Amino acid sequence: MSAEYESVIGLEVHVQLKTKSKLFCGCPAEFGAEPNSNTCPVCLGLPGSLPVLNEQAFLYGIQIALALNCRVAGRLKFDRKNYFYPDLPKAYQISQYDQPLSSGGHLLVEMKEGQKKIGITRAHMEEDAGKLLHEGRAGSVVDYNRAGVPLMEIVSEPDIRTPDEAYAYLTALKAVLQYVGVSDCDMEKGSLRCDANVSIRPKGETRLGTKVEIKNLNSFSAVKRALQYEIARQIDAAEKGETIFQETRLWNDERALTLTMRSKEEAHDYRYFPEPDLVPFTVSSDWVEDLREDLPELPAARKERFVKDYGLSEYDASVLIQDKDLGNFFEECVTAGAPPKRASNLIQSELLGMLYERGETFHAMKTTAAGIAGLIRLVENGTISGRSAKDVLADMLETAKPAEDIVREKGLTQVSDETVIAEAAKKVIAANPKPVEDYKNGKEKSFAFLVGQVMRETKGKANPALANKVLKELLG
Amino acid sequence: MKMDIDRIAALARIKLKAEEKEKLAADLGNILSYVEKLSSLDTENVPPTSHVLAIENVFRKDVQTPQRIIEEVLAKAPEREGDFFKVPKVVEGS
Repeated sequence: MSAEYESVIGLEVHVQLKTKSKLFCGCPAEFGAEPNSNTCPVCLGLPGSLPVLNEQAFLYGIQIALALNCRVAGRLKFDRKNYFYPDLPKAYQISQYDQPLSSGGHLLVEMKEGQKKIGITRAHMEEDAGKLLHEGRAGSVVDYNRAGVPLMEIVSEPDIRTPDEAYAYLTALKAVLQYVGVSDCDMEKGSLRCDANVSIRPKGETRLGTKVEIKNLNSFSAVKRALQYEIARQIDAAEKGETIFQETRLWNDERALTLTMRSKEEAHDYRYFPEPDLVPFTVSSDWVEDLREDLPELPAARKERFVKDYGLSEYDASVLIQDKDLGNFFEECVTAGAPPKRASNLIQSELLGMLYERGETFHAMKTTAAGIAGLIRLVENGTISGRSAKDVLADMLETAKPAEDIVREKGLTQVSDETVIAEAAKKVIAANPKPVEDYKNGKEKSFAFLVGQVMRETKGKANPALANKVLKELLG
Repeated sequence: MKMDIDRIAALARIKLKAEEKEKLAADLGNILSYVEKLSSLDTENVPPTSHVLAIENVFRKDVQTPQRIIEEVLAKAPEREGDFFKVPKVVEGS
């Protein structure tokens, strides 16, 4: 980014609550049903039908609010947001306007430069709209299965300054939502969606520039790329002296650019008014405290515990807690007897990378926490070298066999017999006169090379500490 | 009270003829000035009323009650395509 400008970003996230039924009617809220099969007079907006609030969705909403450090309103109501669009059967969406479920929260985000606090303006409940399909058709068609599905809309303060911060905020938000356990947060299924508001201003300026809303962001990395593009576009326009219009732009991932969707000149007038078909709601502080107590351990607390109880670095802890199940897996390894730091290292520097290459997730991998602990035990007691551990792990992911079996079958047991290592070392010395001479002339790097050759000679089985010792002795 | 009849018509997605606009402007003007009377009251310390019934916290349990009425509804829809409702082409983006 140009040094003279800074960007100001706010994110709106919609998260689908994993209730069995919709927000205001008993239609199944599940994804993937036959078109329009999960509909009824309420969610189709037929005359005479009346909405009734899903209690579970309401409780989930409060838990999300609490997990995001929001104040839960003592009294709240629902409002109608009026607009015409074919995905909206009633021509209004039941949402919340001036008395939202919660407001004034924040989320702590891990950046390389340290922690940053991003404010959360509000988190409110609303119903989802239906789904419009256009492709390959003369007209558009609508599936109302999604209409009325419960959502929480989480609006951040314009505290985000870079696309990387936006990415980190989304990652942290997703982790919190996963930990609370009220949504599956699957962007592909649309259960987590994000719109971004972005403007630029000269550094030092405190007023906000004209904001542009970006939609059609289908992944966290798309959010980052779209913001990078849009910030560059706005700076370019500003430098050419062009006006930046307040508008909604759509991100086109294939072409990697944003395109005008609709101008906000004829500002949308949603004519909000209180939803007369739903009664108001009050939430006592006792009720809030009960729900707060029911909250599971959240990512920030877990990270702190990992640092304190397991002696992990802040960074390692933050990687492990980002995914609830990954954190659980790590703890299962520790319970199965693995020293925490070794388990953390193996998971982060070997396992995750291997799984990524294999295109697998650790949910579906062939080894278990006990299996990983077993592998670590073999390294700990000197049976195999750290280098062999990698190969054994790769085999475990392929065959689902325990580490012990793989080590036995492949004869990977570490060689701690000095005479065997000395034999290999002599060969290496004889074959590498130049590095040997370099080492004798004080070049330390050559020694590392020679140790590597000894390891290679023994097919990675030599005990590295012994290989070091023997080589040193032989080279005098 | 002045209002923009064209804007209201646009928001309501209705087309009005010139004489209709005139008549509606007069009608809406009458309604608004009738309601205007309320603003003569001092409501400084009165919280807004969104609902007139003294009922709150009405919930339903999170239970599925599938209705399977879609065939009946689609049969009455202006246009359908299979199990979808068909609507005029909506184009987004440019």
